Amino acid sequence: MKAALAIIATLAAGAQGVQPSGSIERGKQLFMSNYCYSCHGTQGHGGAGPRIVVGATPDALLRYVRKPTGGNMPAYTSKSIADQDLRDIYAYLRSIPASPPAKTIPMLQR
Amino acid sequence: MDPAQQPPVPEAATIDRPGSDFMVDVLKSLGFEYCFSNPANTFRSLHESLINYGGNAAPEFITCTHEEIATAMAHGYAKIEGRPALVVLHGTVGTQHASMAVYDAFCDRVPVYLVLGNHLDTEGRATPVTWFHSARDAAAVIRDFTKWDDTPVSLGHFAESAVRAYKLAMTPPTLPVAVIADAHLQEHAIEGGAAPRIPKLGALAPPQGDAAAVDELARMLVAAENPVLVADKLARTPAGLARFVELAELLQSAVVDRKGRMNFPTRHPLDQSNRAAAALADADLIVGFEVTDFSTARSRRAGAKRVTICATDLFTRSNYQDFQRYAEPDLAIAGDGEATLPSLVEAVRRVMTPDRRRLFADRGAKLAQLHADALADAREAAAQGWDASPISTARMSSEVYAQVRDLDWSLVADVIFMQYWPVRLWDMTKHYHYIGGPGGYGVGYGAPAAVGAALANRKHGRITINFQYDGDLMFAPGCLWTAAHHKIPLLTVMHNNRAYHQEVMEVQRMALEHGRSATRAHIGTKIEEPAIDFAKLAQSMGVHGEGPISDPNDLASAIARALEIVKRGEPALVDVLTQPR
Repeated sequence: MKAALAIIATLAAGAQGVQPSGSIERGKQLFMSNYCYSCHGTQGHGGAGPRIVVGATPDALLRYVRKPTGGNMPAYTSKSIADQDLRDIYAYLRSIPASPPAKTIPMLQR
Repeated sequence: MDPAQQPPVPEAATIDRPGSDFMVDVLKSLGFEYCFSNPANTFRSLHESLINYGGNAAPEFITCTHEEIATAMAHGYAKIEGRPALVVLHGTVGTQHASMAVYDAFCDRVPVYLVLGNHLDTEGRATPVTWFHSARDAAAVIRDFTKWDDTPVSLGHFAESAVRAYKLAMTPPTLPVAVIADAHLQEHAIEGGAAPRIPKLGALAPPQGDAAAVDELARMLVAAENPVLVADKLARTPAGLARFVELAELLQSAVVDRKGRMNFPTRHPLDQSNRAAAALADADLIVGFEVTDFSTARSRRAGAKRVTICATDLFTRSNYQDFQRYAEPDLAIAGDGEATLPSLVEAVRRVMTPDRRRLFADRGAKLAQLHADALADAREAAAQGWDASPISTARMSSEVYAQVRDLDWSLVADVIFMQYWPVRLWDMTKHYHYIGGPGGYGVGYGAPAAVGAALANRKHGRITINFQYDGDLMFAPGCLWTAAHHKIPLLTVMHNNRAYHQEVMEVQRMALEHGRSATRAHIGTKIEEPAIDFAKLAQSMGVHGEGPISDPNDLASAIARALEIVKRGEPALVDVLTQPR
C-alpha cells in the first residue's frame, strides 16, 4: 500500500507538462509485451506490484518509470523502451475503467 | 488310489515369520495411520508384510506415483494431524526423488518419518540393478536436512532406532527423520524365532523456555507501550492457537501472524497482519514466536527491544542456510514457542497491575480500529480488477470463500503467489483453516501436500481446498491419481497464470538492469504454446475437471459443481485462468 501511494504521489506531482498523444491499442500491446502487467496486472490493478494510478499527463509516468523512487520497481530506461511507447502505455492506462468499490461487492463484505 | 491316502506333494519351505512382520509390529506401535509410498524392491518384504500381516490398516498403504509426492503428502498430512505419517522409500533412487520434499519439510519444521529400503549385504544383491539400488550409507543424501537417521543391523536395533526416531521427530523442533530397513533383515526369518522387544514410546514433553527468562519477558511485555507479538510456525496444535490468543488478549497487544501456521484468528481485533509493517514500525518491544526470519521484524523506534522464543535454537544443521540471517535479539529464549506460552501467560498475570490493565484496554480499542481500517483497505484492494479477465486472484479467492464459508473448511494451499488474499480476507479461526506454505519453497510441494492434508481432514468430514499453481502441479501431477484412487475429497482451484511467473519477473528485472528490452522474458518462463489443459489432465486420472475458465462470471457455477463432487468424497479440479498474481 505504501508503494502504491508513492506512485500515486509521484504521478500527481507531474500532472503538468507534455500532453498525452498515445495509442490506446498500441499501449495495451506494449503494456503486455514489456511485461508491465506481470507485476501490475493486465488492468494495472495491482499484483506483485502496486495498483497504477496515472495523472492527467504522461510526464510523471515517464519520470517515474525511467528512475523509480521507492518500492521495488526496476527502471525502464530509454535503452529498454522508447518515450513514445510509454506515452502509448499511458494512454492505455488512462482508458481503463475504474473498478467497482468494495462496498458494492457483497462477496467482499463477509 | 484314494486321494486321501496319497502322500503329500512336496512343497518348498516358506518363511513363516519374516523380519518385515516384526518391522510392521514396530511401526504399528508408533500409531501410524498411513504409509505413503511408491513400490520398490528394496522394501518388497516390508510392503508385503504391511498389506497382509498388517492387514493394510494403521498404517494403510497409500499408493503414490513419485517419492517426492509421497513425502510431500506426509508433509501436508502432518500439519493437519499434528503427527507424522510413514513414508517408505527405495533407499537410493527413491530417496533421491524424495529429497526436495524432505528439504521442504525440514525448512517447515514438520515431522516426516522415512523408512528407506536398502541392501546392505552384498550377498543379497541378486542383480546388477540391485547393486545400483544399494548404498553403503543410504541416508547420506538427506542427512543435511533430517534431524537424525540410523542404519540398524538387527531387528532389535531396528526397533530401538525406529522408536528413537519417532521421539526425536516429534520433539521440537519437529523435523524429518530416517531409519533404514535392510532388505536382508526384512526378508529373512526372525533370528531364533522370537521377536525382539519393542521399546516403549513414552509421553513426550516439549522443551519450554528458561523460567527466569520467561519471567523477564513477562515484565518487559507488561511494561511495554506498544508490544507486537509476531508468530510464524508457532501453533503446532490447536492448543497453541488458543494459548496465543490468551496471551494477546491478556496484554491487548498487537499481533502479526506470518501464517507459517494458523496462529491467530484473522478477524480478531488485535490482529494487525494486514498492516504488519506499520505495527512493527511503532513497536517498543517485538517478540517473535517460532519466526523463521526474525531479522526483518524491526521497529523504527530507538531502543526498541526484540525477543525470540524458538525451538530451532536447540537444533540446526550447518550446510543449507535455512536458519536465515542472524536476528540480533536482545533476548533469545531457546525453547518451543507453544510449550512456553502457558508459563508466559502465567508470568504475565503475576506482574500485571490494575493500572496496566486499564492502559491495555485503551490500547486494545485503538488496535481494533486499526484492524478494521486495514481490513477495509484489503477489501478495497481486492476490488481492483474485480471483473478482469484473466481473473484476478482476489476474485478467485472470494468466489471460493463465498461457497465454503458456512461449511467446515480447511485451506491447505500456499497462498504467497496470490497476494495472500485468503489470509487477508477470509475469517480464519480454527487451526486447520490454514497450514502455511512449503517451508523451503521447493516447487512441487503444493499439490501433493494438499492431497496429504486432505487425507488427514477426510475422517473429520472437512471440505479441503487447495489453490494450485500451474507450474507447481506439473512437478507432481500424479498426486491427482492418488486422490482419485484413494477417494480423497479435495477441491483444487487452479491459479493458472500459464507461467513460472516469479521467474518471468526475475528475467524481466535482469533484462532491464542490463539495459535491454524486457520483451523476451517469456522465453523459458511461460507455460503456453500449447497451453496445458488441466481439466483434461485431471480427468485422465479420474478426477472431475473443468475449465479453463477465463470469465469471472462463470466461476461460481463451476466451483459449485466441483464442490458437490467433493462433498460426495471425491476430488475435483477447476482450472482458472488468472492474473499473474
